[in-house]
Amino acid sequence: MAKYLLLKHYRGAPAPINNVPMDQWTPEEISAHVQYMQDFAARLEKTGEFVDGQALAPEGAWVRYDGEGRPPVTDGPFAETKDLIAGWMVIDVDGYERAVELAGELSAAPGAGGKPIHEWLEVRPFLAAPPTVTE
Amino acid sequence: MDEALLRSLTPRVIGILVRRGADFAAAEDAVQDALVEAVRVWPADPPRDAKGWLVTVAWHKFLDQARADTARRRREDLHDEQPAPGPAPAVDDTLQLYFLCAHPSLTPASAIALTLRAVGGLTTRQIAQAYLVPEATMAQRISRAKRTVAGVRFDQPGDVATVLRVLYLVFNEGYSGDVDLAAEAIRLTRQLAARIDHPEVAGLLALMLLHHARRAARTAPDGSLVPLAEQDRGRWDTRLIAEGIRILQAALARDRLGEFQAQAAIAALHADAPTAEETDWVQIVEWYDELTRLTDSPVVRLNRAVAVGEADGPRAGLAALAGLDSALPRHAAVAAYLHERDGDLATAARLYAEAAHKAPNLAERDHLTRQAARLNTLRRP
Repeated sequence: MAKYLLLKHYRGAPAPINNVPMDQWTPEEISAHVQYMQDFAARLEKTGEFVDGQALAPEGAWVRYDGEGRPPVTDGPFAETKDLIAGWMVIDVDGYERAVELAGELSAAPGAGGKPIHEWLEVRPFLAAPPTVTE
Repeated sequence: MDEALLRSLTPRVIGILVRRGADFAAAEDAVQDALVEAVRVWPADPPRDAKGWLVTVAWHKFLDQARADTARRRREDLHDEQPAPGPAPAVDDTLQLYFLCAHPSLTPASAIALTLRAVGGLTTRQIAQAYLVPEATMAQRISRAKRTVAGVRFDQPGDVATVLRVLYLVFNEGYSGDVDLAAEAIRLTRQLAARIDHPEVAGLLALMLLHHARRAARTAPDGSLVPLAEQDRGRWDTRLIAEGIRILQAALARDRLGEFQAQAAIAALHADAPTAEETDWVQIVEWYDELTRLTDSPVVRLNRAVAVGEADGPRAGLAALAGLDSALPRHAAVAAYLHERDGDLATAARLYAEAAHKAPNLAERDHLTRQAARLNTLRRP
């Protein structure tokens, strides 16, 4: 089994195909979207592939050490171009193909008009400690 | 296995060990060990005297630990200093534990964790689950808290206001895992109210009961928020409401008003209304005026603007909102609501979307996004 991180981006990813801001959907479309995400997580719990997932607030800051005795610097020259993460899910699956398959399903969550939003998700494998080799 | 009994005995047993000469941190550790032992042994072999059993086992655990620590000298010193372990004194030290665990030298997070463990008798694992952090993290937080209060004299009377603030923080954490922190906060506040005669303790207890009574109606089956006006009042717990109102009235009769009593009075007026339309908004505004006088908090002024909007119309509400800093949490949500009631749907939709962007939790964000979506759908031709 291998762990993968599925990342949803507010910015930085290519624009989704069905790119209508959520407050322009109908309340029913929002409910359907939320339900899809919950069902998806619940189904992965049943198959034993779910590890954890969280939504994140859109507000974020870049922070940097600014030298001894000085407070850390926040933001700076990156403010306009920074990528922000909307949320993430960690899955524990057989391999890369399964991770891509699941990310594809998650990306098909319904949006405006009940059509899939085709959201881009980034799939990143976790690096783990090397397995113990017994000789 | 009566877990409630175990938890209610915890602070008393810690108190007895401290009276016998154990320092607080060591006593607390020993009692936790004894609780674990009780969970293991009691189902097969229940003791006749639960408290006596816990005191005996905890005291042995403490002595074992003292031996293992700095060994003989410490043990001998203790032996010379301590009163002979005899029958437990009738004094109840639980109140002192409350003050110690909410000591002003602790951060709120530490005070909460220590209170839940020493006064509430929860295990570190249960507290960690409730806060969704690893057990090792919570264990460290509790150890650090115990080190911080290590030098604090156990017999100093503490600050009631600090204790109440910690209990209210616990209450507002809600629940996850197998411990319902809101229910736990109510249990601890009840204990405190039984031991201390203070109108604000009664006020906080009444406030918690009145909020808690509405909990079942506050979320829909799918987890989404249901606003007060749309809640099914048939699902409110009338027994808790009656108790909360009774406690509040007794407290108010003593004529020492404080902010928890004023907040409870507002909650009572909501709980008392048979329908949302019958809410006595005029009286609610009066209580907000009292609260403003007591706290001068901008958050109270923000809530007051909502009440004014209901009592005197949305224009009056917007006027009450005008002087407030728009960076306040939930400012945009309140402004959106008042603009909607005033008929300005475009502004309301924009503000709801802005409020959703700043929402502090997922349920609130989804709720506000739906509000924006609802208005935008209405405005579409």
